[in-house]
Amino acid sequence: MSAFFTQLISILTRSIANGMPFLYGSTGETLTEKTGHLNLGIPGIMCVGASSGCIAIAIYGRAAGGIDASNPFLCLLLAVLASFVGGILMGLIYCFLTVTLRSNQNVTGLALTTLGTGVSTYMISKVQNAEFVPANKFFTYSLRSALGENAVTDSWFGELFLSHGFMIYLAVIIALIAAWVLKKTRVGLNLRAVGENPATADAAGVNVSRYKYFFTCLGSGIAALGGLCYIMDNLNGNWEYSIAEIGWLSIALVIFTLWRPNLGILGSVVFGGLRILGNSNFIRGVDKSVMQMLPYLVTILVLVIVSMRNRKENQPPAHLGQNYFREER
Amino acid sequence: MARPAIELRGITKTFGRIVANQNVDLSVNYGEILSILGENGSGKTTLMNMISGIYFPDAGQILINGKEAVIRSPKDAFSYGIGMIHQHFKLVDVFSAAENIVLGHEEKRFNKKTIAAEVKEICDRYGFEVDPDKKIYEMSVSEKQTVEIIKVLYRGADILILDEPTAVLTPQETDKLFAVLRRMRDAGKAVIIITHKLHEVLSLSDRVTVLRKGRYIGTVKTAETDETALTEMMVGKKVSLNIERNDPKGSEKRLEVKDLSCFDREGAQILRDIGFTVNGGEILGIAGIAGSGQRELLEAIAGLQKYQQGEILYYDPRTGETESLKDKTPLQIRELGVRLSFVPEDRLGMGLVGNMDIVDNMMLRSYRGGKSAFLDRKKPKNLADEIIEELEVSTPGVHTQVRKLSGGNVQKVLVGREIAAAPTVFMAAYPVRGLDINSSYMIYNLLNRQKESGVAVIFVGEDLDVLIELCDRILVIGSGQITGLVDARHTTKEEIGLLMTRSVVSPAPSTPATVSEKEGDPQ
Repeated sequence: MSAFFTQLISILTRSIANGMPFLYGSTGETLTEKTGHLNLGIPGIMCVGASSGCIAIAIYGRAAGGIDASNPFLCLLLAVLASFVGGILMGLIYCFLTVTLRSNQNVTGLALTTLGTGVSTYMISKVQNAEFVPANKFFTYSLRSALGENAVTDSWFGELFLSHGFMIYLAVIIALIAAWVLKKTRVGLNLRAVGENPATADAAGVNVSRYKYFFTCLGSGIAALGGLCYIMDNLNGNWEYSIAEIGWLSIALVIFTLWRPNLGILGSVVFGGLRILGNSNFIRGVDKSVMQMLPYLVTILVLVIVSMRNRKENQPPAHLGQNYFREER
Repeated sequence: MARPAIELRGITKTFGRIVANQNVDLSVNYGEILSILGENGSGKTTLMNMISGIYFPDAGQILINGKEAVIRSPKDAFSYGIGMIHQHFKLVDVFSAAENIVLGHEEKRFNKKTIAAEVKEICDRYGFEVDPDKKIYEMSVSEKQTVEIIKVLYRGADILILDEPTAVLTPQETDKLFAVLRRMRDAGKAVIIITHKLHEVLSLSDRVTVLRKGRYIGTVKTAETDETALTEMMVGKKVSLNIERNDPKGSEKRLEVKDLSCFDREGAQILRDIGFTVNGGEILGIAGIAGSGQRELLEAIAGLQKYQQGEILYYDPRTGETESLKDKTPLQIRELGVRLSFVPEDRLGMGLVGNMDIVDNMMLRSYRGGKSAFLDRKKPKNLADEIIEELEVSTPGVHTQVRKLSGGNVQKVLVGREIAAAPTVFMAAYPVRGLDINSSYMIYNLLNRQKESGVAVIFVGEDLDVLIELCDRILVIGSGQITGLVDARHTTKEEIGLLMTRSVVSPAPSTPATVSEKEGDPQ
C-alpha cells in the first residue's frame, strides 16, 4: 500500500470516529425539529449527557471497587443509560416550557444551553477525573481487538470499519432506524405532519402534544449520547468543554443534511473530517481558526444551494419554531 | 321517518369576553343536507368546530344518534363518524394525496397499494378523480378539496360538515361538488354545509338553519322560503339586494396595459401578454381563480411588481399627457393618482400596520408631505375622523390599534384611506373579502361613487354574482393570461366560469402566443 493510501485511510477512519458525536446530535435534533420545535439547547444537552455518563461510571466504579475491577458491560450500560436519561430530563424541561407553556423556543433553547453547561460543570466537579477516565478502554474496545488479528481486520477495511468503539456503530444504527421510522412508518408520517402542519395533524386525530413531547425528549436523549461519545471515545475520557461546539455543529448538520438522518451519516463524516482538518496543520500557512470555520462555511454554502433549488421537500418543517395552540383564533 | 344524526341543545361558547355561540339548537337527519346560514362572525364555524372536536363547548349538549356524546378531540369526532372539511384545508403540503388521506388513521398496516385501492373505490362510488401519488402543493384548489372529502370518507364518516366549500371554486366545480353531495345524501349520509351564499342554500339544501351574531334564529324548510326571507333572518332587517349600476360616464382612456409579461424568481411565467384598457368612469372587473395572476397584475400597475415585457400607459386627465409607468417608482405612480387597496387573505398583511392606531395608519400615506422635522398628526386625525363617520367604522376611537378592529372595519379603513386621496385610477382587490352583507354593500356603493366621479375603477372580486351586477366590463384571467373580456350586462356566471378554467387562448393580438411560450417555460 502506498503511503498516500495509508494516510487517506487513517484520515477517513478518524473522520468517522470524530463525526459520530455530530450524528447523535443531528439525529436527535432532526427528530425534535420534525415535531416543529427548534431545540437550541442541544449543546447544553450534550454537556449534561457527557457528565451524567461520567458520573454514572464514577459512582458504579466506587461501588465495584475501582473501574478495573468492574464489569465492562454493566459499566457501559449504566453510562449510556445515565447519559440518555440526563438528555431526556433536559428535553422534558424544554417540552414543558415550549409545548405546555408555549414559551419562545429560541429563548428556551438558549437558556437550556447555558443551564446545561453549568449543570455539567457542577456535576463533573463532584468526582475525580481518575474515577471515570480509565473506563475509556471499554468505550474504545473495538471489533478488531475482539476478533484478533487476521487478514480482514488487518486490511484497510478492518481499519476503516472495524477499529471503532461500540458508540460509533450505535450512532449509525440509531440514524438508520430514525430514517426508516420517518420515511416508512405511520408514526413517522404522523410525526412529519405534526411539524409541517399541527392543525392538520390535530384535525386528523393525531395527539399533537404527545408526539411533540415524545420525540423532543427522545431526540434530546439521543443527542445526549453524542456528548458521552465525544468525551469517552474521541477524547479518551479527558474532560473538555468543547462539547458545546459539537452541539452547535450538530444543529448546523441538521440543515446540511436536509432533515434526513440517513444523509446525516455521510454528513457527519464530512463534518468529522473538517473538524480534524481544523485541529491539524493540514494545509500549511492557513491559520487554524480559519480551518475551524470550515463546517460552518460548508453549511452556509449548502443553505445557499438548497434555497436556490427551492424544492418543497428540502425545506425545513413548515411549522418549525412556532408553538401550537388548538383554540387559537 | 327521518332519523336524527346530530342534535345540539343549548350550545354556548365564549372566547374571553366575546360570545361566539349562545344557546344554539340544531338538528340534522341522515339522508338530508342542512345549510347553516349566517353572516361572517355569526358563529357558524365555531359551532361546527365544536362538533368536530376542535373546540369544546362551555355549556350545552351534543346528541349523536340520540345519545349524549362528549367530543373532546377530533379523534372523538371521528369515532362518532363525524368528518369536517375545513375552509382552510387541513392538508400537509409536502405529502402526497394518499399520505394525507391516511394521516392519523390508526391501523397497524401501512401499505401503499391497499390505500390506493381503497381510495379508488371511494372515488368510483361518488364520482371523484384524484391521483393518490400527487403532492398537495402541486394540486389545484378543487383537487385539494377533493382530497379533503376523500379523507373524511376514508375514515367512514356518516356525518359530513363542509365549511364554505364553494368559496374557492368555479361555478363548474361547484356544480360537480353539489352533485357529489347529493349522491352522498342519497347514500344516507348527513351533510351540513356552512355558507353565506343564498343561491347555494336554495339550490342544494333540504333545510336551513340561520344564525345571527352567535344566536340561533330559526330553521326553515328550503322549499318554503326564498332569498328575501332568508336575508331578513340572517341580517335582522330588510336589505335591498340590488346593486345600482349606471352607465359608464364618458369613455376617455385612463390606463392602458400593453403586452405585459412577467416572471417570478424561479423563472416561471406569472403574466403572459396581458393587454387591456380602462376608461375613466367605469368599473372594470377582474375575474379568475385565486392565484391566477390578479395580484401580480395590480402590483405591476402600482409599480410593486417588476415586469420583463410590455408597457403600462397612463393618460393623465389633469394635464392630458400620456405617461409610461414602466420606469416610475411606486411613490411616483401613487402621486399620479393610481391607488391600490389590496385585501390579502389575512386581511392585514398589505397596506395597514396592525399595531398602529388609525391615525398613524393614515399617516403612512402622508408623512412624506410634511415640511417640518416633526410629524403633523392633525390632518391625519381629521381624515381618520371623517372615515370613521362616513363609513360607519365601529371603533372605540381614532387611537385604537387597527388589529383590534373586526375584519370589516379594518377593510373600511384601508379602502377609505385610498379613496380619500382622490385617485384617478382606483384598484380594489377583494375589498369585501370576509365582510357581512351590510358592509359589502357599503363598499360597492363607495366603488360606484368613485365611478360616478369619473375615476377608473378596477375591481378584483371572488363572487361572480357581484362582479356581474357591479361591473361594466369583466376581464377574465386564467393562469396569467387573459381568457376573455365580457360585457357584464350581457354575460352569465357560466360563461365567466368557463373562461376562468380555459387555459389555451386564441393568439394574443400583437405577439403570437407560441413565441412567448418558448421563452416563458424553462421547464
